[in-house]
Amino acid sequence: MPTFAPLFKKGAARPQNMIPMHRNILSFIFLFCFSVFAFSQANHEQPTGEQPAQTEAGQPGAIDGGAEQGDAQGQEAGNSDDHDAGCGPQEEHEFNPGATAFHHIADQNIYSIGPWSLPLRCILYAPEHGWSCFSSAKFHADYHGNGHEAIDKYVLVDGMVHRINDPSFPDGEVEVGHHPYWQKVKQDDGKEKDVPFICYQAKLYPAEARSTADGGLFGGGITSFYDFSLTKNVVSMMLILALLSWAFLSVAKAYKNRDGQAPKGLQGFIEPIFIFIQDEVAKPFLGHKWEKYLPFLMALFFFILGLNLFGQIPFLGGSNVTGNLGVTMVLALITFFVVNLSGNKHYWEHIFWMPGVPAWVKTILTPVEVLGVFIKPMTLMLRLFANITAGHMVMVIFVGLIFVFSKSGENAGAGYGTAVGSTILTLFMMSIELLVAFIQAFVFTILTASYIGAATEEAHH
Amino acid sequence: MGGSIAAIGMGLAVIGAGIGIGQIGGKAMEAIARQPEAVGDIRANMILTAALVEGAALIAIVVAFLVA
Repeated sequence: MPTFAPLFKKGAARPQNMIPMHRNILSFIFLFCFSVFAFSQANHEQPTGEQPAQTEAGQPGAIDGGAEQGDAQGQEAGNSDDHDAGCGPQEEHEFNPGATAFHHIADQNIYSIGPWSLPLRCILYAPEHGWSCFSSAKFHADYHGNGHEAIDKYVLVDGMVHRINDPSFPDGEVEVGHHPYWQKVKQDDGKEKDVPFICYQAKLYPAEARSTADGGLFGGGITSFYDFSLTKNVVSMMLILALLSWAFLSVAKAYKNRDGQAPKGLQGFIEPIFIFIQDEVAKPFLGHKWEKYLPFLMALFFFILGLNLFGQIPFLGGSNVTGNLGVTMVLALITFFVVNLSGNKHYWEHIFWMPGVPAWVKTILTPVEVLGVFIKPMTLMLRLFANITAGHMVMVIFVGLIFVFSKSGENAGAGYGTAVGSTILTLFMMSIELLVAFIQAFVFTILTASYIGAATEEAHH
Repeated sequence: MGGSIAAIGMGLAVIGAGIGIGQIGGKAMEAIARQPEAVGDIRANMILTAALVEGAALIAIVVAFLVA
């Protein structure tokens, strides 16, 4: 792992720092415990508050569990009688940590920070309807990200825009049932898939997810609409882009203004990392051409590092940008093009006709080398995706343990007991993930550098 | 059924990667103990090699996901 220890001055300030450091960590643990409790409280109030609305469909107004939810929401719960009526009660299902984790790491059309959710712009295209552009606030989403309105057949399910591809469903804004009904539907290829059904006028309509370009490999495919929205991931990326631009422009200015002086402030933070990548990654792998590729490597490293770290700030949306296969695929594609476009004669010779090897070995070696050209960027894509996604999921699953052991609030004692344990485990995992954020950014950069180095190496035989 | 076989495959892939990365880490520790002044070079190469081993395991895991 890349420690920058040799670059920083050792010793000196350590002893005085020790005590406040411990205090900081302790107070952080307490804060975190408290937040987890608050979070668990909020979560099991949700079902008790909502249940009367569903089970006592005949008596509107008989809502006594929603004391915490305030008048406005109580009224909405009353209204939901009308909109969910006829579709039957929702089946009770046990808390599923895996599904919760997948929901939390997914991209969303709203940006929710704690109880607040910031609406984002939805830009949607359906071939049969054309473009739609509106703010996701129009869906009137609740705490779980389920919309209460349908707009031009678009509905919000778990924070993601879905579309009801049914000609009998009306265009324009209509109010729909507040909770999706998840049902297993058999696909054409024989696999079962969970599909959300939306209740509208006592009828259930299946809602389709947005189109994805995976060709069905990861359960997606081309559906009836395309989503070009400013999602949570896009907004996080823009934020990091703005932050990095500001940081690097101000550091560049500081180098101009403070020429010959010791680095200060932000300069002192960026410089050791920059020098580390330059000296440990760019120079040894790229030889005398290192200056040409340095901007690319730095952009990769700081972009990935910034997004990795941003996703780990607790209670700030936890956006999982580098854990999104699309994002890592684009990063890997850029590497693929840089490597292969800068590849010289020797690089291609080593792939297609390895010199100094008997002919019959070449027949085996060439297909392997050609495959390697594509497998290298693919592993880059998967490595970053898998590491960051796994980190985010572990965090959610540790918090989810509270609900598993407390049986979703039935056994409060076990819940509080587990909360302490899972808080400590989560903190431990968070510190590991902090390392992983650096390591993965470093690994992506060093592998890219080594691929470029191999592609541009001059022959010496 | 396909899912459980895929799960076994994932487990096997992880065992292989675990042995590989363990060897890399162990040997790197030995090398650092023998030559502490070369710690920077050894660490960079250790991470690079571990990443390559990890790549093989990742491909296996993704194939297992696709089969499941």
